[in-house]
Amino acid sequence: MSATPVLETDGLTLFFNSVAAFSDVSLSVDEGEIFAVIGPNGAGKTSLFNVISRVYRPARGTIRYLGADLLRLRRAQIAGAGIARTFQNLGLFGNLSVLENVLIGRHHLMRSGTLRGGLYLGFAQLEERSHRAAAMEALEFVGIAGVAHRPVHILPYGIQKRVELARALAMQPRLLLLDEPVAGMSTAERGEITTLIRRMHERGYSIVLVEHDMGMVMQVAQRVLVLDFGRVIALGTPGEVQRDPRVIKAYLGAQLEEEAAV
Amino acid sequence: MTTFYQLLFSGFALGCVYALVALGFTVIYRSSQVINFAQGSLLALGAYMVSWFAIDKSLPFGLAVLAAIGVCVLVGVVFQRLVLRWVAGQPVFVIVMITIGLSIVIDASVSAKFGANPRLLGDPWSSSAVHPGGVTLIWAKIWTIVTVFGVLLGFFLFDRYSRYGLAMRATAADEEAAMAVGVPTRRVFALAWGVAGAVATVGGFFLATFPNQLDPSISAVALLAFPAIILGGLDSPAGAVVGGVTIGLVEELTKGYQPAHASWLGTNFYVIAPYVVMILVLMVKPYGLFGRAPVERI
Repeated sequence: MSATPVLETDGLTLFFNSVAAFSDVSLSVDEGEIFAVIGPNGAGKTSLFNVISRVYRPARGTIRYLGADLLRLRRAQIAGAGIARTFQNLGLFGNLSVLENVLIGRHHLMRSGTLRGGLYLGFAQLEERSHRAAAMEALEFVGIAGVAHRPVHILPYGIQKRVELARALAMQPRLLLLDEPVAGMSTAERGEITTLIRRMHERGYSIVLVEHDMGMVMQVAQRVLVLDFGRVIALGTPGEVQRDPRVIKAYLGAQLEEEAAV
Repeated sequence: MTTFYQLLFSGFALGCVYALVALGFTVIYRSSQVINFAQGSLLALGAYMVSWFAIDKSLPFGLAVLAAIGVCVLVGVVFQRLVLRWVAGQPVFVIVMITIGLSIVIDASVSAKFGANPRLLGDPWSSSAVHPGGVTLIWAKIWTIVTVFGVLLGFFLFDRYSRYGLAMRATAADEEAAMAVGVPTRRVFALAWGVAGAVATVGGFFLATFPNQLDPSISAVALLAFPAIILGGLDSPAGAVVGGVTIGLVEELTKGYQPAHASWLGTNFYVIAPYVVMILVLMVKPYGLFGRAPVERI
């Protein structure tokens, strides 16, 4: 454990008005790791993502990314730093084509601004072509290159989820934040996305995964953090977490306790 | 036939100006889904600034235009940075009301400074013209067409090849997601307002060359571009151009032929004609010729 963790939070606490969304979350994600955050509905998982991507400002605590203070960056700078995220309820640009949606993820990598593009067209064209190629490659990776020129909003939900994954990859991130990538999918689709996440892992991306689907998490994650009502109740390998009595209690709830008492 | 060519020419020139005015609306709409009701006032401000720099400050005409563009870009960007950024995330209706407020402020300031009397524009062409084949081509109108084409070409190149073209459309679709994928949305909005200011100056100035004098009613004249925008579809620059030229041609041809051939429609029917065309188009294509109908999933 000598290398700097990709992502490290310490005592992270977020309030909505006076209600704590989560408190005292400390975690550390190693390079190349798939790190899962699980927990019942309302446990604060998505809020945690929103704090890391600078949508919400935490009340207390620190976030370090590759050893540097992440809270000093503005929201639009997060992508440039190498953090890409997907959204639980999709964050796509509906009236743009699939390719354009992916291309926009490369905004921070493009150099020709207004002036340069206006003054020297050749450069802009050349640059545009290379970015398009990179976007197409990302679409091929997730297996939807065939719909590159369709408008996103006419495509089925499962495909839209893949567009988000392709866009995140096209951003050339070091750290991927995936918010419920298999939510609302059929069993077959879940299997495909799980394979895709494994392949991303093989490519060396560090991945933080928020997910409801326990089966999927147990298959892919190296370590799992369990949140319940905004508090960390367990952190360990999938096997350890599954055996943890507090986790079992949080997931199966009072019902089990009652049965035990009888 | 000469009359026809004459009308075609002036209709086309007028249409080009409408296209430019419409483009100003389109730029803001594409980046923030807001119809900017201050666009007409920016137009007036731009035209008055050209006149002021050229006549009162006796700058050479080209410099006066550039200076006026500078003022309008500044007004647009400052307004966005100082006012609109505080209402980010509010319903579109709120932002629309604020643009109406800006329009009132600009109109009042222009009237206070320059009064209500017509003034000269300070352009170097006055009414000089060339006459190929008996058709009178006024230099002001020739320059209108040339400049408008230059501006439109610049805009299309920007939209196609600059990363901010795509960034603007993405920001309009989903501001949250745009920020998350690294689009500096604040800069995108400021840029959109800057472009709208620049386009407004050029549009306002050429709009004023048509009666060849400048008075405060010009900010209301901008509303004549509305049929052009609706016709073309609000979010389409190509639509703005086609809509603008169509409306210009309809207006001039009606002005030329209707009094002799259909006098029962009354005088000044040409003022109404663009709206008639607009309504007819909307009956067939409710989102305009180039606008895209939103597809709702059930």
